[in-house]
Amino acid sequence: MTNILIRLILSQFKIFFREPGVVFWSFGFPVLMAWILGIAFANKGETLRTVAVVGESPDAVYNLPQWLHEKTGTDSTEYSVESGLEWQVGENHGEKARFRFRAMSEIEATQALKRGQISLWIEESSASGLRYRFDPDNAEARLTYLLLEGAFRDQGSSKQKGEIRTLTIIGSRYIDFLIPGLMAMSIMNACLWGIGWSLIDLRIKKLLRRMVATPLRKSIFLLSHGMNRMILSAAELLLLFGFAYFYFDITIQGSLLALSLIFLSGYCAFAGIAVLISSRVQNTHSGNGLINCVTLPMFILSGIFFSYHNFPDWFTPYVEVLPLTMLANSLRGIITEGIGLAQVIMPSIGLFGIGCVCFVLGLRLFNWH
Amino acid sequence: MAIEVRNVCKSFKDVNAVQNVDLLVESGEALALLGPNGAGKTTLVEMIEGVQFPDSGEIRILGKSWEKEEHFLRQQIGLALQETRFLERLTVEETLHLFASFYLLKKERSQEVLETIQLENKRSTWVLQLSGGQRQRLALGIAILPRPRILILDEPTTGLDPNARRDLWKILEGFKATGTTLILTTHYMEEAQHLCERIVMMDQGKILAEGSLNHLLDKFGEGDLIEYVIEGSFPTEEAKALSGVINSRLNENTGEGLLTVKNISETLPGFLQLIDNSATSLTSLECRRRTLDDLFLAMSGRHLDD
Repeated sequence: MTNILIRLILSQFKIFFREPGVVFWSFGFPVLMAWILGIAFANKGETLRTVAVVGESPDAVYNLPQWLHEKTGTDSTEYSVESGLEWQVGENHGEKARFRFRAMSEIEATQALKRGQISLWIEESSASGLRYRFDPDNAEARLTYLLLEGAFRDQGSSKQKGEIRTLTIIGSRYIDFLIPGLMAMSIMNACLWGIGWSLIDLRIKKLLRRMVATPLRKSIFLLSHGMNRMILSAAELLLLFGFAYFYFDITIQGSLLALSLIFLSGYCAFAGIAVLISSRVQNTHSGNGLINCVTLPMFILSGIFFSYHNFPDWFTPYVEVLPLTMLANSLRGIITEGIGLAQVIMPSIGLFGIGCVCFVLGLRLFNWH
Repeated sequence: MAIEVRNVCKSFKDVNAVQNVDLLVESGEALALLGPNGAGKTTLVEMIEGVQFPDSGEIRILGKSWEKEEHFLRQQIGLALQETRFLERLTVEETLHLFASFYLLKKERSQEVLETIQLENKRSTWVLQLSGGQRQRLALGIAILPRPRILILDEPTTGLDPNARRDLWKILEGFKATGTTLILTTHYMEEAQHLCERIVMMDQGKILAEGSLNHLLDKFGEGDLIEYVIEGSFPTEEAKALSGVINSRLNENTGEGLLTVKNISETLPGFLQLIDNSATSLTSLECRRRTLDDLFLAMSGRHLDD
């Protein structure tokens, strides 16, 4: 029996590595994606923050007010309507800020705010001096306010500036968020395409029927598929993480045991889903459609590339029970936040549960012909 | 008895695929199932293979039932399904080794089979790169790997050219000589005639006739055939009166006619004389023995390759 299992696994390895396209999508694509997105969203120095300056006089839309030139140490010749006035403050990384001031009417400023061109505008108030206008729920606007406020205070004060120390929080970069998500996605793809699609393909080719017409036990057959993809999937994850470790300095903050547990439970969940999906499908089109139907919503909703907290609050609990969300959150927690075994027990039970239910249901429905 | 099929019925939704079929096959017998598409051959064979189960009736293989002895029976039956596509990026040898492992056979058996199916020089070739005939030979090789007591082949030569078909027949003849029971479904009557002692003709889920080729011809198809095409008027009544004519038919619109005769040599001279004497020109003439297709057409109103 061991001989059969080994031969089946070896045969599937050969088939896998002899299909260059599949090798690329399994190994090359996740790394390529990590590289592209990592580069695209890497920190590129200090962002230029555009600030609208709103005045009450009719010619205020053409010129910046004198008080702003005084605060920024510039003169009116440096300003143009097309390029505005650029002002940079701070020498050290933590203090550095770049602003571009543009004179606008209130209507123009409102429009620019709606279009996302600015997040804040300033105006002079006779009562309180300077007035900042921004949406307090907009984190970007709050950050711009704090930076601008601090810069003005520093310029206007005779006191020595306080020293600012750069505080680096591990896991705060976008790539730290992205890599665990890509690992979760890789596990899902390995199962749904590697097991589900492969079973559908064997059925279409009548090979499934041919194989079960031999004394081969069905359980051994399915086990060989599961083990083959699990080994390949582990290799894919190691490669992806190795790349992230060497290229982006990402390290695992949490427990390796917890990581192993969540990998196994995630794999179990998606392997079960793969068996269920492939249980009845008789042609490539419906197989393709069905797998995409399961994977695409999870791609979008489960916070692989961007946080799902941007969705409305009422929607979040539904997103959090998706297997890909559970897996990605747990992987993220282990890799970036350093959570341990105790914190991944519940999601692991959930994932194992999903896997078992889907597998049993899939096996009952499974059409071997 | 190798196979016993007793009063078996199987239906799919509104279609009665197999209806009250009885069939007994002796050990070592070679039997051909003939019929057009949708006749019920494949369903019947699949029930014998144990991949489908009858709605009613009983099937016993080597005296055992699929429900109780599946593992044993899987080792006794070799089968080649219609148009199976094996793993395309495994070599011929790897494919045979893989299937040999399912039967717990040693690699030496794969080597023997490789020689039997004459694919030694293709042992390292991917399945993807094999021709249609070579793939069918590989399918046959996998079927005979466990030295089965019953070999079931579902349309093994469909889509092959005549040379590839004859190559496969040679291999099968060799295997038949070992005393294996052979069941073959086919559209090709030459294949059935060549390989099988008994022919079962099926249509619409029922067995229409069975027996040896000669038995079927004697029982259901008396006489030889003269097929002709003419232009102009033809004295049909005189043709019917020719010596040895059993039956005469003529389609006056197309000019296509058919004479069923006891003996071609007895009737043909008189027929040609009649053409000469009438205001008719003969554009086509074919004299031949009656075939299974003619029998099938007479019995069911359909051709075997419909």
